[in-house]
Amino acid sequence: MTDGAETAVEVRGLSRTFGTFVAVDAIDLRIRKGEIFGFLGPNGAGKSTTIRMLCGLLMPTAGSGTVGGCDILTQSESIKKRIGYMSQKFSLYDDLTVEENIAFFGGVYQVAKAKKGTRKAWVLEMAGLAEERAALTRTLAKGFKQRLALGCAILHEPPLLFLDEPTSGVDPLSRRKFWSLIRELADGGTTIFVTTHYMEEADYCDRLALIYRGRIIAEGTPTELRQRHMKREILEIETDSTIGALEVLLASGIDCAVFGSTLHCTVEDAAASDRTIRRLLDTSAITVDRMERVMPSLEDVFVTLIEVS
Amino acid sequence: MRDLAKEKAVDEKAIKISGLTKAFGAHTAVDHIDLEVGRGELFGLVGPDGAGKTTVMRLLTAIMTPDSGEAWIAGESVLDRPERIKERIGYMSQQFGLYEDLTVMENIRFYADLYGVAHRERPARVDRLLAFSNLGPFRDRLAGNLSGGMKQKLGLTCALIHTPEILFLDEPTGGVDPVSRRDLWRILYDLLREGVTIFVSTAYLDEAERCTRIGLIHRGGLLVTGEPRKVRHMLPFPMIEVLSPYSRRARDAAAAVEGVRGVVVYGDRLHLSLEKGVIADEVLAALASRGITVTGQRTILPSLEDVFIALVTGSEAGMTAGQER
Amino acid sequence: MGLLRIKAMAQKEWIQIRRDRLSLAMAFLLPVMLLLIYAYAITFDVNEILMVVYDQDKGSMSRELSAEFTRSDYFTLVASLDSYEQIDRYLDSDRARVALVIPVDFSKRIRTAKPTSAEVIVDGSNSNTATIALQYIAAIGEQFNRRQGLSPASPTIEVKNRVWYNPELKSRNFVIPGLIALIMSVIASVLTSLTVAREWDRGTMEQLISTPVKPVELVIGKLIPYFLIGFADTVLCVLISTFLLKVPLRGSVGLLFAVSAIFLVGGLSFGLLLSTVTKNQVLASQLGMLTSFLPSFLFSGFIFNISNMPVPLQAFTYTVSARYFVSVLKGIFLKGIGMRFMALEVALLSLYGAVVFLLACRKLRKRID
Repeated sequence: MTDGAETAVEVRGLSRTFGTFVAVDAIDLRIRKGEIFGFLGPNGAGKSTTIRMLCGLLMPTAGSGTVGGCDILTQSESIKKRIGYMSQKFSLYDDLTVEENIAFFGGVYQVAKAKKGTRKAWVLEMAGLAEERAALTRTLAKGFKQRLALGCAILHEPPLLFLDEPTSGVDPLSRRKFWSLIRELADGGTTIFVTTHYMEEADYCDRLALIYRGRIIAEGTPTELRQRHMKREILEIETDSTIGALEVLLASGIDCAVFGSTLHCTVEDAAASDRTIRRLLDTSAITVDRMERVMPSLEDVFVTLIEVS
Repeated sequence: MRDLAKEKAVDEKAIKISGLTKAFGAHTAVDHIDLEVGRGELFGLVGPDGAGKTTVMRLLTAIMTPDSGEAWIAGESVLDRPERIKERIGYMSQQFGLYEDLTVMENIRFYADLYGVAHRERPARVDRLLAFSNLGPFRDRLAGNLSGGMKQKLGLTCALIHTPEILFLDEPTGGVDPVSRRDLWRILYDLLREGVTIFVSTAYLDEAERCTRIGLIHRGGLLVTGEPRKVRHMLPFPMIEVLSPYSRRARDAAAAVEGVRGVVVYGDRLHLSLEKGVIADEVLAALASRGITVTGQRTILPSLEDVFIALVTGSEAGMTAGQER
Repeated sequence: MGLLRIKAMAQKEWIQIRRDRLSLAMAFLLPVMLLLIYAYAITFDVNEILMVVYDQDKGSMSRELSAEFTRSDYFTLVASLDSYEQIDRYLDSDRARVALVIPVDFSKRIRTAKPTSAEVIVDGSNSNTATIALQYIAAIGEQFNRRQGLSPASPTIEVKNRVWYNPELKSRNFVIPGLIALIMSVIASVLTSLTVAREWDRGTMEQLISTPVKPVELVIGKLIPYFLIGFADTVLCVLISTFLLKVPLRGSVGLLFAVSAIFLVGGLSFGLLLSTVTKNQVLASQLGMLTSFLPSFLFSGFIFNISNMPVPLQAFTYTVSARYFVSVLKGIFLKGIGMRFMALEVALLSLYGAVVFLLACRKLRKRID
């Protein structure tokens, strides 16, 4: 499929147990250079555990593989030299200023003296903190902290970047800005592995893996996931009474759920169900503004896959 | 059974907030908020981390004292009668607030005791709540061993054990798996039907759409309140949805078209936000001229996320082409 | 080794320390405080021992002997008594530690150069003090002999010592009762100091205070299980002390456990109070150890005599509840005394318990701020 030179990360059968609890259950991953790879799943699915194993922070209990060409079992220190890591908590020192944090991470990553100045300026610019360089990190809004943490993680311009839930709880504007930054980095050749529990962020990624209870339940590009895993079809319905329509349809045994301001109904045959549904809603005096077959959202895919397993 | 008609007559509004303010040192967490929530409404307080949602919740449930302003919950003032309010409301904190070293039933029993639920009423009520939330088979499991979604359902059960009139839920679906998320929302809709007023906070803008009314909160202040549909009508910028099989290319092309403020990609669909007065057909023509195949298009309402961003950055500045995906 | 990394680490650490004023202050204040306290509190010197005299003779020689004692700095005359029962009462109530009993024919026998001796009764419940007192007494006896021109070698005067309460002057007997007080002091506050802070840390407190539960209900409800554990602990300690370590238990067992119960309520409430004030488990347990162990060890009269401390410190010991408990325990174990002699201590212990309990209820506010 891909030759070694193009592969940034390759692991097979990666597992991790804590006592009797299996956090990660034999996962296989292959990530190409310059790719944005998304790891999607709810809290407790095993995302953080996986990312820690890939970064050399946690020893797997089974499995093998390489990250950036280094063996994850025997060369974890070498891995750490080649990667940037942003943990879920943003790993910044709250009681240090913006500059002091940059200086600290610059030292820890041993950024060459000559480059220190330019890298620092770049991070400040990227994060929008040029004016606030002397502010205590504790006082920054989450969006700024997020970008600062990203900047500190790539001060040494690593070829591989691991981001653990970088957009959790961040405002929508900052989230969009953040993803454009990621896009830029990827376009420049950085390989990015990112975990998230926001289903809609899947579309920012080149390829994804859906993880649930320690296992990968699906893998592919966002489009592949949508097409391959839904045996049934989704009808999106907009009405003047979402909840009312929901009740009516659920009562008639149709698999329905609210999705934003619409209803998503999972049906065998969209065309046939279309008629049935219109009739049902009509009888209940609910006006249908729009009903059409849509591509399943990743949430639909996820739910289907979970319910199957 | 509660006498809803009587209640409605006595206190019109379930929640009434006036000039509510709370600061921590130099940081103003809640900034003079005015808000009303009617009985039987599902109100969503929507905003990212740090916007002030949890602080508002804590002020309304009377576990924190405001610096200034007032709030009335079911007609009782949080300043004068906080303990009375606690008898009539249910609260689910953002962090899991139950005992991980107690079983599901032990937790429920503890809260039933705290709220003084009569013993003869318990069996029926507990059975119903457990069935509601699918926790029946897990009665004897330690709460610490439940999955995230089940923990939230347990939290909800304990908050409902005394059949409160008003329910306060602080980010109940944070990070929860999609199936549990749907289950939780189904439970909330069932509660609505029984006449419970629900005040929920969330960072997920898509969940906001499921509420009867919402309030967008940012840096402690309310940007806007209203029904989700009406809020989405607020932006003066038209928006179209365009279907194209090569969404990446289409995105790049669309972003370059004059009159397009921004593009957001959803799978094979692109949402284009246009400048005021720009005509959709012209944009489509521009796309076609760049060789982009368009298999479908329609006019849509901006999403709540679009509205939020526009309000935060100032409606004129809004989304620029440089901020697309 | 990356020098750059070392430098970065040290620099960061230094910045953080500089910004943490509280820890910085502690780092310098604590050693100074401890040094001063220990220096003043720990004193093995013994002086101004309270003494009573039962002079059966009332002759010139007996008055001379009494004067010999009171002239020295070591003894202070509290009263002149007329019976052994009175001596009992003075020693029981700790109003005196030493009693000098001069026989009826003391002066006559000395004048006729016949051997005679006076009796000195020493309260052995503090074997430290008792041992030292005995040495002083021997020295003063010799001094009297010399002064009267009696031959120091001839045993014309023999100060016969009778050590009551702890005849073998076993230090264990005087340490253990005090030790039990110290242990219960620490256990009580450690048990409860974590409980409220832990609920805050885990987030369960926030859920709890949103319900109608009252602070006093929370406090009592939390105290009950810890009280049972603490009481069982006390019983265990007493059993080990009496059966394994053979410390005599001369007083009423019922009274012992009743007073222990009162002390426990105070100790547990204190721990709870710490917990409500700090809201942080680590801080609560540290404070718990600091404020229960140190005062109970240094200022309860457990090892170091309160009467030999500087007056300001002596005043401070009145606020240490362990002080009263130690005195009661020693009384019950070694002296076998009853409520009559301990009424004040018991009253003060009860007062302390009530005050701390009420404080804990007040401080447990159902608010986050």
